[in-house]
Amino acid sequence: MLRLLPALTLLAMLGPVVAGLWGTVLPAFGHLPAAGLTGPSLDPFRELFAWGGLGAASRLSLTTGLVATALSLGIVALITAGWSGTRTFRALERLLSPLLSVPHAAAAFGLAFLIAPSGWVTRLISPTLTGWDRPPDLLILQDPLGLAMIAGLVIKEVPFLLLMTIAAMGQAQPRRSLLVAQSLGYGRLTGWLKTVFPRVYFQIRLPVYVVIAYSMSVVDVALILGPTTPPTLSVQIVKWMSDPDLAMRLTGAAAALLQLVLVIGALAFWWVGERVVARLGRGWIMSGSRGCMDAPFRAFSIGLGSISALAILLGLAGLAVWSFAAFWSFPNVLPDGFTMRTWARHGPDAIATMGETFLVAGIAVVLALALVLGCLEAEHRSGRMLSNRGMWMLYLPLLVPQTAFLPGLQTLLINLGADVGRLPVIFAHLVFVLPYVFLSLGDPWRSWDVRYATVATALGARPWSVFWRIRAPMLLRPILTATAVGIAVSVGQYLATLLIGGGRVSTLTTEAVALASGGDRRAIGVYGLLQTLAALVPFTLALIVPAVLWRNRKGLHE
Amino acid sequence: MNKGLILRKVCILRAGKPLIEVDHEISAGDVLTVMGPSGVGKSTLLAYITGTLASVFSGTGQILLDGDDVTLKPPYARRIGILFQDDLLFPHMSVGANLAFGMPPGGKKTTRLAKINDSLSEVGLAGYAGRDPATLSGGQKARVALVRMLLSDPRALLLDEAFSRLDAGLRVQVRDLVFRVAKERGLPVLMVTHDAEDALAAGGAIIQLESLSKG
Repeated sequence: MLRLLPALTLLAMLGPVVAGLWGTVLPAFGHLPAAGLTGPSLDPFRELFAWGGLGAASRLSLTTGLVATALSLGIVALITAGWSGTRTFRALERLLSPLLSVPHAAAAFGLAFLIAPSGWVTRLISPTLTGWDRPPDLLILQDPLGLAMIAGLVIKEVPFLLLMTIAAMGQAQPRRSLLVAQSLGYGRLTGWLKTVFPRVYFQIRLPVYVVIAYSMSVVDVALILGPTTPPTLSVQIVKWMSDPDLAMRLTGAAAALLQLVLVIGALAFWWVGERVVARLGRGWIMSGSRGCMDAPFRAFSIGLGSISALAILLGLAGLAVWSFAAFWSFPNVLPDGFTMRTWARHGPDAIATMGETFLVAGIAVVLALALVLGCLEAEHRSGRMLSNRGMWMLYLPLLVPQTAFLPGLQTLLINLGADVGRLPVIFAHLVFVLPYVFLSLGDPWRSWDVRYATVATALGARPWSVFWRIRAPMLLRPILTATAVGIAVSVGQYLATLLIGGGRVSTLTTEAVALASGGDRRAIGVYGLLQTLAALVPFTLALIVPAVLWRNRKGLHE
Repeated sequence: MNKGLILRKVCILRAGKPLIEVDHEISAGDVLTVMGPSGVGKSTLLAYITGTLASVFSGTGQILLDGDDVTLKPPYARRIGILFQDDLLFPHMSVGANLAFGMPPGGKKTTRLAKINDSLSEVGLAGYAGRDPATLSGGQKARVALVRMLLSDPRALLLDEAFSRLDAGLRVQVRDLVFRVAKERGLPVLMVTHDAEDALAAGGAIIQLESLSKG
């Protein structure tokens, strides 16, 4: 049984991706029996290329994705180079870790509440600095270049890449390299970039690729912050897929394939860019320059990092204030009064939706944990470690753009006459939950001292007894953290819930994003806040439970 | 029946290439010391005997314990105790629970508790059953690890650099205790060490391992 688990895990993770891509390819070439259409034909692509917005939508997808990734990586590299090992860095790390779990949609709403023409930033400087006594008529949100959307992506990807970088640094022994570099007269920042960054980047490459694929095809952030005429390609795909006219699905499927090609192209472009940067970097290293700009760059990087963290924190505060706001006139910084009215109106529905959210997340995470723990235990008993290729498999569901395979999966389910609803949604969530649970639990699980297992076995304990009585309790903290990661991932899923649920499954995320177009800030505040809590509370529990349970066991707190 | 631990033509291979060979008998109460440069495969030999060899290695030859061939037995059924240089007390269990974990199952709760308390008293740790292992000193932890192993009723004892983490004075104390107990119980002991003093204190045969595959 245990030996079958790795195969089963791969099936749960890649099965829906492969099936979804197949379900995209068929209608993209004109084959959709449910609509009475049989292919093959190239009409869907003709339709797609006839759409006037295609050029702009594709360009947006590319620019927002690549620029957001480059900016996030740049900020992370500079902060780590300038500050790693300092107290400031540790403070920033502690600040950013919980922000990792804030759902993208909630962070995007928060940012929107900050930078909108009637947002907090304008209110703070008006009318003293600006003279505005009415919100200015500026297109800040949903700007045609996608700048607001890029900002929304950057504030969420900076914590992700920073934590990935910190995890990767454990193996690179940055302290020693930096010490050597500094003794040779290099500044901290330049020394780190020249000696540590190349090795660390090699470790975080896959996560960077994930950020590219995600940023290029994200739907919820694009709906909240992205341009509308035309929207990004992914948003347009979802529009086509939700059109009551089934024939529009063909165009949507063709666009989904284009989206896949765009992501592959962007990854290839990045890959070439890596080589160019590496070549330039080697020249920079050979030049022996010690770096005279270290101080300004250090200050700059910590400034950007703080702004990025503050944008999320203040954004969440904005959600909270709006949810309790009575009348709030411009340019007052705080509402004219506070009221429970919004919570009274939306609270009961929102709490019910929260129940559904946790039900889906709970089942998906329990399945993911069983599969991941099973795989890790099988790995331990057979002594065969996950190969490099296995690692790529793990990242594959995160590298294939969601908009390329989820619409196809939905079409396939409809064609099969399968019921859309909660169960398919859970399995769709599992596709994304599994890799993150695996990545979160893999390292701590493997770095456990296996001599504990040897000792327990020598004392007469059977393998499952070692697992349940020794290994799992000792690794309770990482197991709970992985659980929290899985719940946060599931809570944040927008597209999988929307498309596979067929409108019959609503979670806090789908409800919150659905409110975006209406512009009811108070309701958005309620849903955005609950969405954030749904992701954050499990993390808090993952910290508290082991602390309480093992309060008399000092050896587990080191 | 032959009391003791017999390693008959044991050969450890890495990726099919022979790494070390041992052919030796350890009588009940005797100590065999295995020495050799680090990386030669001393710990790998112990892993073969406990049945926990990593998958890159393979082993041939027989392991006989009190006349009983345990070579193909699963690791948990071999009843071979092992002590490492670290105490490896399970950090989520109390001292008493650590001992109970290793004791063969069965018996009344009160008898088990009494046995735990008695064993702790024998090594000067009376009343320590409820303690968190992390709050013990290095010497105390080493003694608890020894008691835990003994309570599991082993038929042989393996020592993997078991004393190398302890400082000089403590080292002599713990070492003497381990050898004395092994002798009292008639346990064959296989000790892996790089310390000549350990070997001298053991007073038994010494074999010097050499790498068969010269790199």
